[in-house]
Amino acid sequence: MPPIVTPPEIERRHKVHESDNGSGRRPPTDKRTGGNGEGDSDNWNDRPQGRRGPRERLSQVRMGVFFGLFAVLMFFIAIVSAFFVTRASGHFDAYSKYVNEWLPTTIPSILWLNTAVLILSSASAEMARRSMFREEDVMDEWIGLSRRTSQRATAWLTLTLALGALFLAGQWVAWDQLAAQHVFFKSNPSSHFFYLITVAHAVHLFVGVGALIAALIGLRRSHQIASRQIFVDATVWYWHAMGLLWLFLFALLEFGQ
Amino acid sequence: MNVSPATSVALAPHSRWTHHRTVGFGYLAISAVAVGVGTVLSLLMRLHLSWPAWSLPLHGPILPEEYLGLVTMHGTLMLFFVLTVAPQSGFGNLILPAQIGARHMAFPRLNAASMWLTGLALLVLLTAFFVPGGSPISGWTAYPPLSATALAGPGQGEGMDVWLAAIALFSVASTLGAINTLTTIVKLRGEGMSWPRLPLTVWGWFTAALLSVLAFSVLLAALAMLFCDRHLQSSFFVPGGDLVNGVLLQHRGDGSPLLWLHLFWFFGHPEVYIAILPGMGLTSMVLANFAHRRVFAYRLMIATTLLIGLLGILVWGHHMFVAGLNPFAGSAFALSSMAIALPASAKVLSWLATIWRSRPQLTTPMLFALGFVSLFITGGLTGPILAQPILDEYLHNTFFVVAHFHLIMAMAGVFGLFCATYYWFPLLFGKMLSERLGKLHFWGTILGAYATFLPMHLTGLAGEPRQYAQLTGVPGPAGQLLQTTLPLQNHITYGALFLACAQLPFFLNLVLTLRSRLRASQNPWSATTMEWAPQAADELATHRDPCHYAEDGVLFLGQWEPDATSELPPE
Repeated sequence: MPPIVTPPEIERRHKVHESDNGSGRRPPTDKRTGGNGEGDSDNWNDRPQGRRGPRERLSQVRMGVFFGLFAVLMFFIAIVSAFFVTRASGHFDAYSKYVNEWLPTTIPSILWLNTAVLILSSASAEMARRSMFREEDVMDEWIGLSRRTSQRATAWLTLTLALGALFLAGQWVAWDQLAAQHVFFKSNPSSHFFYLITVAHAVHLFVGVGALIAALIGLRRSHQIASRQIFVDATVWYWHAMGLLWLFLFALLEFGQ
Repeated sequence: MNVSPATSVALAPHSRWTHHRTVGFGYLAISAVAVGVGTVLSLLMRLHLSWPAWSLPLHGPILPEEYLGLVTMHGTLMLFFVLTVAPQSGFGNLILPAQIGARHMAFPRLNAASMWLTGLALLVLLTAFFVPGGSPISGWTAYPPLSATALAGPGQGEGMDVWLAAIALFSVASTLGAINTLTTIVKLRGEGMSWPRLPLTVWGWFTAALLSVLAFSVLLAALAMLFCDRHLQSSFFVPGGDLVNGVLLQHRGDGSPLLWLHLFWFFGHPEVYIAILPGMGLTSMVLANFAHRRVFAYRLMIATTLLIGLLGILVWGHHMFVAGLNPFAGSAFALSSMAIALPASAKVLSWLATIWRSRPQLTTPMLFALGFVSLFITGGLTGPILAQPILDEYLHNTFFVVAHFHLIMAMAGVFGLFCATYYWFPLLFGKMLSERLGKLHFWGTILGAYATFLPMHLTGLAGEPRQYAQLTGVPGPAGQLLQTTLPLQNHITYGALFLACAQLPFFLNLVLTLRSRLRASQNPWSATTMEWAPQAADELATHRDPCHYAEDGVLFLGQWEPDATSELPPE
């Protein structure tokens, strides 16, 4: 049996925190806020785990979002593997000829534009996320001197929302263009997959739009800078993941058929 | 200790409705409804198999399609709403936070939402009995192409749609629940609760939650594609030129029913491990508790739990040996399936080594844990047989398979649940279930379980197929063969009825105990894991591995106790 490692917290518990002289709390930001460091660094009141600080709540929510994104990834992996299986399968007709009915669907070129819009939306979402963690501004906002971080993030998130809506509208146009060419969902195995993949992604992006709206409302309504940070951070990570997923799905549809 | 405004929001969602215990009891209530309905359905199946002419009061004789509906709904209810919900979500919520020294789950509102979503899924599923055409008839695995069209049978229209909706809701709810469980275990472990100190139950929940996140979204994708095949004339799973009941299906393309099998079993096999892993963890802990020993090879048990989870996602092809799978793929899946025997045997050996010459206290939870071990061995021994493609060719879709999975998954899972109920009842209600009635319940249940499911091996070997509504009146040699199994069939039916009646002492026990005023002591089992700590979670810290018992078997040190006393060797 290896020696039991005792985390330092047990020894530290009943000691007075060196950096805290008891005259007040440290503000809920430090250098690591917004980074990816360990959540333990802001145990600034010697609280038990789960009740420490904003940083801990943030990393919890992030972890939840990432597990959720893993599930979403598995969803699309299932669909994409079905894509490859179907592309490769055929049958023998009455004359013993092997027939593969897969006819590649020509991808409307507006999808390139949509992809660019989605990349831009991800960039503006990242601007929103970064602005929520800029130290001096966060400090000002925490003390109550200004609401500069939230205002900035609101602006960037509104831009993201507009770009996201533009992307969804662009997808709609693409479906319209295909329908004008009489390519419908049921036309061909490849069109099954084109529609299934684009619609499933659009549904996920629609959830992202909902999250953006929730984050914007949260930015106005929530009384705590920590909660506002969490709203923006979780939404933006989800948004990035959907953007990245789209790049793969788009590459698959454009080059993989 | 001052409370900063920043943390007050983290504490705020502790209303009654989002408290993890409420959510856990909610999940157990969902399971209780499902297990009640599912048991009645299975008894109807048995009665119909033994006496095909018997007519159900207020209904009439059971028609073949109704029998298939019973099979489908029994499997769906038991697999999803009992064996997945109760051990993982039910007891997971009731016990897990306390066992890791946390005060709550990571996302209480999400937790409550997934519980209500699961309840909604059950409600939607149960409406399948009442829609036109009745419940779906394609089994809990819903193989296409017959599940892909309403032409295939009476329940395959609206009944199947309802089934799809219910299972889709269930998938979403389970994924959300698993995200919550994983985040809680990773982020909310209390002070000193390092990974190797986690009780094996927590490792079971953790691995099962990992599998849930991995598997349920694949099922969701497959359900979405099946829905498209049914209503949007796509051909993901419908082969070209498919003729169902004399009608040529108008679908374009060469869909593959085998693709559904791959996607479904990629979910389905991890699913059976989701059902059994929490029970395995609990068995380890309960055996050690009542043997007053450490769990034999604790670190190895953690490793085998994770290894079973890992192998569990690599073996799905063994359900498809006779479905047209490439024979080389069959060999690969046979190898990976038999590889599971290694960690599984390691677990059995650890259980046996833990109690070996220990003079365990044979309390009711201990008996149920021993029953779990017994059923796991009995059911497990037929696993490597069914994992051979060449043997499976004969045994596939016979009652041999039914016997195998009912012993190792259904009965072992249920014994895990009873073990959990008896073991944690004092913790949850402050009262002890009666030992006398509990023992009666145990012996009745294990006798009934073996009386019901052991003979199924024999009828299966004799060639009795699964999912046949009627075994009598079949012409030719097949009919004669089935005729020979009828005496055993009747024995199985009586066994099933006895097994159902053997649950009466349990309900009596619940009612009598909840009405009595006798309070249990704070830690009646001399348990060492954190949920039995006398302090509130605020002041808790974990100081050692679980199952710290002295040589004499009387003294013990809980994980929460700060200092080793002189009687115990320091470890």
